[in-house]
Amino acid sequence: MTDKIKFKCRNVRVQYGDLEALHGIDIDIADRGVTAFIGPSGCGKSTFLRAFNRMNETIGGAKFSGQILMDGEDIYDPSLDPVLLRARVGMVFQKPNPFPKSIYDNVAYGPRIHGLTETQAELDSLVEKSLRRAGLWEEVKDRLTEQGTDLSGGQQQRLVIARAIAISPEVILMDEPASALDPIATARLEALIEELKTRYCIIIVTHSMAQAARVSDKTAFFYEGDLIEYDDTEKIFTNPDNQRTQDYITGRTG
Amino acid sequence: MRDQSTHIVSGYDNDLKSLTHALTELGTLVSEMVDGAMRAFKKRDSVLAEKIIARDSDANKRQHKIDEDVQRIIALRNPVAQDLRRIIGATRIAADLERVGDLAEGIAKRALLLNEEPRIDMSKSVYRMGKQVRKQLSGALDTLLKEDAISALHYWQADSDIDDLYNSIFRELVTVMMGDPRTIPACAELLFVAKNLERIGDHATNICEAIYFTAKADQLINDPSLAPMMQDPGVRKTL
Repeated sequence: MTDKIKFKCRNVRVQYGDLEALHGIDIDIADRGVTAFIGPSGCGKSTFLRAFNRMNETIGGAKFSGQILMDGEDIYDPSLDPVLLRARVGMVFQKPNPFPKSIYDNVAYGPRIHGLTETQAELDSLVEKSLRRAGLWEEVKDRLTEQGTDLSGGQQQRLVIARAIAISPEVILMDEPASALDPIATARLEALIEELKTRYCIIIVTHSMAQAARVSDKTAFFYEGDLIEYDDTEKIFTNPDNQRTQDYITGRTG
Repeated sequence: MRDQSTHIVSGYDNDLKSLTHALTELGTLVSEMVDGAMRAFKKRDSVLAEKIIARDSDANKRQHKIDEDVQRIIALRNPVAQDLRRIIGATRIAADLERVGDLAEGIAKRALLLNEEPRIDMSKSVYRMGKQVRKQLSGALDTLLKEDAISALHYWQADSDIDDLYNSIFRELVTVMMGDPRTIPACAELLFVAKNLERIGDHATNICEAIYFTAKADQLINDPSLAPMMQDPGVRKTL
């Protein structure tokens, strides 16, 4: 984990109609490392995650205020194209969502629309590299023309990660990426996260406290739209400063 | 202080409660053993000494049960933060208490041997030291129930009185032995009794350290109130 800051968030508020889901979040997210967002359902952690690639704009009635700087650049600048932002800030969802296309085309999709490669050979090598980084190459190299949707859940999730990696993002957002996976697939995914964090800034939302403890360097605990505590993961899980954090991670009613 | 909020899964609370309960029971058992051993020593009661010796296997069994419970809780409940420290503390404290049981058994064995020897005056000093040690031990056990860091600090510091007491008894016994070599067999046994008592005091301080760590997530010797004492090289050496 480097000390370099990837995101600087100041007074981030998100409103759905009259309801304010986030009440002014200030946080700095480090580059090259894993930051976990934890907290009970409805605490705002997923809303906050979606603020990093402006996904909330796809939800009608969601209003953003405050500031998120990525490497010093305001990602809510009206002149910035959200589509290009999402190419730099990839996202992996709870349920794997491969396109109903071949494994190859799933990974090649992004590079094609963003025009990242010029020749077929270049595209082939990018697809292979992405699948390798996602830890899926060995399992699918002989069946690249098969449908992505025919893979197992864990493989689909890694395929989606390969798809995200293929367009060389700087950040990967993960919204409960392992909640639909069995323990073996979860372990593979966590091993992959461990490896990817040397290259990318990863932010993960998870309901599994054990998973947050295993994969993240920093942990942020959210409660009812506020950031309650943000610290090294080791500190959060051994000796948190805030009683609410302690109650949540030890499974107590507050 | 032990926090009052409860776990969402009540079975987890029950696990932790029964762990504390098991520790308290082990603590009560070994305290009774120390008490009994010292009574057998004072009253030259060999029947009582034998009874105390017989109780040690119960203490061992209880410690093993606590270890098994701890293993089960860690495997099934994924404890973190203060819960985890409490559980780690429980194994440490159980091990200390089990050793206290062994030392009480040792005192009872020495009492049996002493009963074969003529009574000597120094027994009274050793008995008084025993009283002090029992106070330390019950203080540590009380601290355990309250999970109170301040009380842990108090009893931890009080152990130095016991060490002083032991050192003076040691010197006196050596003087008595030099004065009259016929007292050597009895005095040697007395030395062992005093040493065992001193060790019991050490285990009580270990228990205080474990309680402090559970409550504060830091080592007792780092407590700010001890800073002046910790700078004294003479004190540091004895730690």
